[in-house]
Order: sequence, then structure tokens, then C-alpha cells
Amino acid sequence: MRHSNPTPDEVRALIDAELHREGPLLPILHAIQHTYDHVPEMALPLIAEALNLTRAEVHGVMSFYHDFRKAPTGRHVVKICRAEACQSMGANALSQAVLDKLGLDWGGTTPDGSVTVEPVYCLGLCACAPAAMVDGKLIGRADAARLSAELEGAA
Amino acid sequence: MKIWVPMDSAAKALGADEVAEAIRAEAEKRGVEVEIARNGTRGMIWLEPLVEVETEAGRMAFGPMSPADVPALFEETHPKALGLTEELDWMKRQTRLTFARCGVTDPLSLAEYEANGGLAGLRRALTMSGEEITDEVKLSGLRGRGGAGFPTGIKWDTVRMAHADRKYIVCNADEGDSGTFADRMIIEGDPFCLIEGMAIAGIGVGATMGYVYLRSEYPDAIAVLSRAIEIARDAGVLGTDVLGSGKAYDMEVRVGAGAYVCGEETSLLNSLEGKRGVVRAKPPLPALEGAFGKPTVVNNVISLATVPVIFEKGAEHYANFGLGRSKGTIPLQIAGNVRHGGLFETAFGMKLGAIVEDLGGGTASGRAVKAVQVGGPLGAYLSPDQFDTPFGYEEFDGQGALIGHAGLVVFDDSADMLGMARFAMEFCAVESCGKCTPCRIGAVRGVETLDRIAAGDAAAIPLLTDLCETMQDGSLCALGGFTPYPVMSALRLFPEEFGAVKEAAE
Ligand SMILES: Cc1cc2nc3c(=O)[nH]c(=O)nc-3n(C[C@H](O)[C@H](O)[C@H](O)COP(=O)(O)O)c2cc1C
Ligand code: SF4
Ligand code: FES
Ligand code: FES
Repeated sequence: MRHSNPTPDEVRALIDAELHREGPLLPILHAIQHTYDHVPEMALPLIAEALNLTRAEVHGVMSFYHDFRKAPTGRHVVKICRAEACQSMGANALSQAVLDKLGLDWGGTTPDGSVTVEPVYCLGLCACAPAAMVDGKLIGRADAARLSAELEGAA
Repeated sequence: MKIWVPMDSAAKALGADEVAEAIRAEAEKRGVEVEIARNGTRGMIWLEPLVEVETEAGRMAFGPMSPADVPALFEETHPKALGLTEELDWMKRQTRLTFARCGVTDPLSLAEYEANGGLAGLRRALTMSGEEITDEVKLSGLRGRGGAGFPTGIKWDTVRMAHADRKYIVCNADEGDSGTFADRMIIEGDPFCLIEGMAIAGIGVGATMGYVYLRSEYPDAIAVLSRAIEIARDAGVLGTDVLGSGKAYDMEVRVGAGAYVCGEETSLLNSLEGKRGVVRAKPPLPALEGAFGKPTVVNNVISLATVPVIFEKGAEHYANFGLGRSKGTIPLQIAGNVRHGGLFETAFGMKLGAIVEDLGGGTASGRAVKAVQVGGPLGAYLSPDQFDTPFGYEEFDGQGALIGHAGLVVFDDSADMLGMARFAMEFCAVESCGKCTPCRIGAVRGVETLDRIAAGDAAAIPLLTDLCETMQDGSLCALGGFTPYPVMSALRLFPEEFGAVKEAAE
């Protein structure tokens, strides 16, 4: 579900659908990111106009939250939990192995645009650590081989 | 034949969907009629996917299951048969009040919810005055399960007595602490319980609208709760006429955006309003000026989900469990490097060592336990020397520790405690809302100082101690204020890893 070229009308429709809510800004940002896999720059003035905010205010809110991205991810996203319970079960070695294999740093995308690796701080799978998520699919007791297999299955 | 396969995300992360699919395929192959029902988890995560087969005698448990184990489910004996679920040691030893239905019922069946005690509490509350409702909560001794342990009834009373044209119930489902998953588990496994608790809160304090601020890292919980709210609204549990009482209460899910600090209640309120999740100075208390400037109850998921059973069974019944001022039960979440990880609900007062060794079965790696971090990334590390500490708010405070949201993360003797201290500072630096200097700048300096110590500069240790004191005293909220707990406890318990012993010997 990736629409690459957002038009102002499409974005306005997404904004309008959330305007009935109290405090609609986060729901709007989520709706836009859900549709375009990021929040495109061109959406900010449209949001600002709809909510009677300045563009800088909208940008300020968006940039506060780790979730909202200015650019799309790679075709596949691997999230690896970095938090304590996962560390106790070897998450540091796991993420290092995955990052090294792909030649990436946290948040990076492979040059062919196929994979992005992101850190996440707890997926609520702390009793079956280490935890990861590949394209929305949760993986408990993850290891590098399993993550590679999931990625190949998804490719 | 009816077979239960959990749809809890931990069970799914361990292959529950694949097991459910294998059961369907195998039944078809054998021409056996099978009803596959999806439940929440019973909380024995080390046995997930835990499949249950309904028999005359009760539900028989099998686990941990893989698709390869499925054919034998249709045979006489099974190598992974565990016996009756209710007779398992882990189940029998619990006092399941809040989690009574979790893993038992279909999470989205309101009929099953009611058949198992659901809505009895709300029906009773609807016969009571607002004051009677808040008194009942006070009498139960319930304290906030989000971390600070503030008495829930007193908070509700403040909101009840505030005059305003609109009031709110806000449920804090941001559950960002590593080692915790109780909120996720009950929302995925028994969402009506949270809805009922929030409705009672709304009726009690005169709030007509509720928001559940749910973290984006929990997509399954978001889907289940959103659906449950629709079902409850269609059935008249929510809406303009709650269960025919003429009273209004409705609610909505709001999705977080990956900021840990938004679990802090005032930051959460800013985020809900569509602002940067910066912490607000108190006063004003959220109870008086909370969401959109109106009186607001902010409570953790478990605090609110415990309310129905208090009204169903009576405040006294609840208050009879526990230890000292820690009344009732607490869902312990046993996690990390541990053999038997999962959720265990029990009265306050269990000794830390019994939780780790007896329930948890020691480490998953089989090595010695080195430390246990209790209460998330802002909680202290405790060593086996402190295993006699009973699980209670005051008892942990006495150890320079906190119980937080009751998550316990076990580490074996290979853990790098200097590395863990550095991680605590790094996490604080990444997640700081930026409002106060001791937290924003202090955490960055903390990382640098720990790097100096790691490079062998033991003279930096007093700097670290000073820095922690500054953060503790000068921070506006517990992110900056409590990050020193894990850092200083690691230093205190394992000074040799910080090179401190060597220096003292020189
Ligand atoms: C940095 C930080 C993060 C917090 N995260 C959570 C959280 O995820 N869930 C929660 O219920 N409380 C969290 N709290 C505590 C809340 O501020 C607040 O005390 C709580 O929601 C009140 O509900 P309770 O009385 O039911 O515990 C956090 C506090 C701080 C300082
Ligand atoms: S301690 Fe940190 S997170 Fe808390 S208000 Fe200050 S800067 Fe924000
Ligand atoms: S700490 Fe990794 S899933 Fe909770
Ligand atoms: S933990 Fe609630 S205000 Fe600090």
C-alpha cells in the first residue's frame, strides 16, 4: 500500500477525515505516514492550514516523535529491540550481526533500497527475548539466521 | 472438538498463527470437525504457543507447540501434553483477580466476558453515587500500577469534586518499560475489562469521554482494543446510555508515536492534544487541569483494569490481599534471561528471590543470576544479596529501588554492568523531552563520563556520582530524576567493573 506521489487533494482528504477528533494532529500524521510510508514535506503546510498552526509548529511536533519519517523506508523494515530484557538475551550481538551483514548503521537503508534496519525500545516480548519485527511480523527468540530467512521469505 | 490457540502477540511471535493453521490443515486432512478459538495468553510465555484442547475434564494444555507437533494432537498421547491447564503449578499458585479471564475467554466475545463475571462491576457501580464509587476505590487500597503508586481513589476523588463542563478519563497504555507487557497482555487478552474499568471511572467522577493512549509498538493491541470498543458501543456498554442507565460514557484509542517520555502523564497529555510531548510542570495537577485543560483522571491500564473486580467482589475482598500499604495483587512480569518467563499475578509480598529462582526457574542460560533490574529503565539493579526483599512499594523503596510497573529483567553473570549503566544514560539522552538541563545535558555527559571510566579513567567515577546527584535533584520528571537508579546501583553493586576497586587498592 504505497502511493508514491501524494497530491494536495489526497493529503487534504486524509487530513479532513481526522478533523472531527479532539487534538487531531497525531492522528493526521499517522494517517499520512500510513498511506505514504513517510510524512512528505508538502503535507506540512496543508496540515498547518487545516489546524490553524504555523508550519514550524507542525514541523516541531513531527520532529519530536521517533515514529514520523521525512523519507520512506526501504521495501522491508527490520526492527530490532535494543532494550534491557533483549540485551540480557544477546540483542547487542544480534543487532551487530544484522547491521554488519547489511553494511548498515541504525536507521540506514541498503543502497538497493531493499532493507531498512531500525532500533525499537521494547515490543512487549520481553519474556521471549530477543525480539524483532520484520515488516510488521513479530519474532520472539530472534537470531540472525531467522531474521535473514524472514527477509528472504518477504523479498 | 474445540481447540484454543492464543492470539497474543508473544504467542504469535513464537509461531501461534502457524500452529493454528497446521491444526486447521490437519483436521481437514483427517476429516475431523475442529473449532479453532483464539484466546489471550495464560501468561506462561515459555510454553507458548500453548494450545488447549477442550475435554470433559477441562482444558488440556500442550506446549510449547510447533506445527510439527500438531498431528499428535489427534492421537492418544502427546509428548508435549502438560495436563489440565488450571492444574499447572504456575496457574494454581496465582491469585488471578485482574487477569481472571485473560487466556480463558475469546477476547472479543462480550457474551463470554459477561458469562465470566464481566460487567457485574459496572452494573453495581451504576447503582452507586459518585462519592460511593470513589470511596469503594479508596477502600480497596488500589495504588497506581504505572509506577508512582499513588492511591487511585484519592486521584478520582479530586476529579470528581472538580467543577467543569467536561472531564476525561485517560488511560496510560504507553508501557515503554523494558521487561513489562502486562498492559499489552490484558488489552489483547481481555479488552472489555479495561473498557469496563474506564466506564466505572467515568461514571464515578462524571467524565463522559475516555482516551486510551496506546503505544504504536503494539499494533495487535491497537487492533483488538479498537474492535472491542466498537462491540461495546454496539451493545450499549458505551455511548449515551451506558447499560440503560441514562448516563453517558464513550472512549477512543489514540496511538502514540514512539516517544518513551510520553508515558509520563503530562507529556502524554500534551501528545494527546497534538503537541510536542514535553513534560508540564505540576501544579496544576492533571486531576484539575488535564486533557484539553479539563479535570482528568490519568491511570495506568492495570490500575483501571483492576477496577471491575473490585466492584464485582467488593473493595474489602481486594484489600485483604497484599502486604502493608501494598494492597491487593500485582501482575509480576518475569523477563529477560530467565527460564520461565511470563506473567504471574499474586498478592504483594512475595520475596524477590522466590520470584526469580522459584517462579522464573533461574536463568535461561543456566548460568548464575548476576542482577535483576526491577521497574524498567528507570529502576535499580538488585543483586542476589537483596533476594529477601518482599515485593512491595515501601519494601523496594527501602532498598533504594522501585517496583515501577512490576517488570523484572534477569541478567546472568555474563552481563556487562558498565555497559548497562551506559545504556541507561544513552536511553535517557535519546528520550529526554529537553525541558530541563540536568536531564538533557546531564545524560549526554553521563554517557561521556562512562566512556572515560570504560577507558580506564577511574578518576571519572566521582564525576559520575556528582552528575547523578544533580540529575536526581534537578530534574522535573522521573526520566532524568530516576536514570541515576540503574546507573548508581550498577556502580554500587559491581564497583570492580567500573575499575573502582583497583583505584582504591592503589
Ligand atoms: C519517563 C516516564 C515514563 C512513564 N511511563 C509510563 C507508562 O508507560 N505507563 C504508565 O502507566 N505510567 C508511566 N509513567 C507514570 C505516569 O507519569 C503516571 O504516574 C501514571 O500514568 C499514573 O497512573 P497510575 O496512578 O494508575 O499509575 C511514566 C513516568 C515517567 C516519568
Ligand atoms: S527530566 Fe528530562 S524528560 Fe523529564 S522534564 Fe526534564 S528534560 Fe524532560
Ligand atoms: S525489552 Fe525487548 S521486547 Fe521488551
Ligand atoms: S512518575 Fe508520575 S509524576 Fe513522576
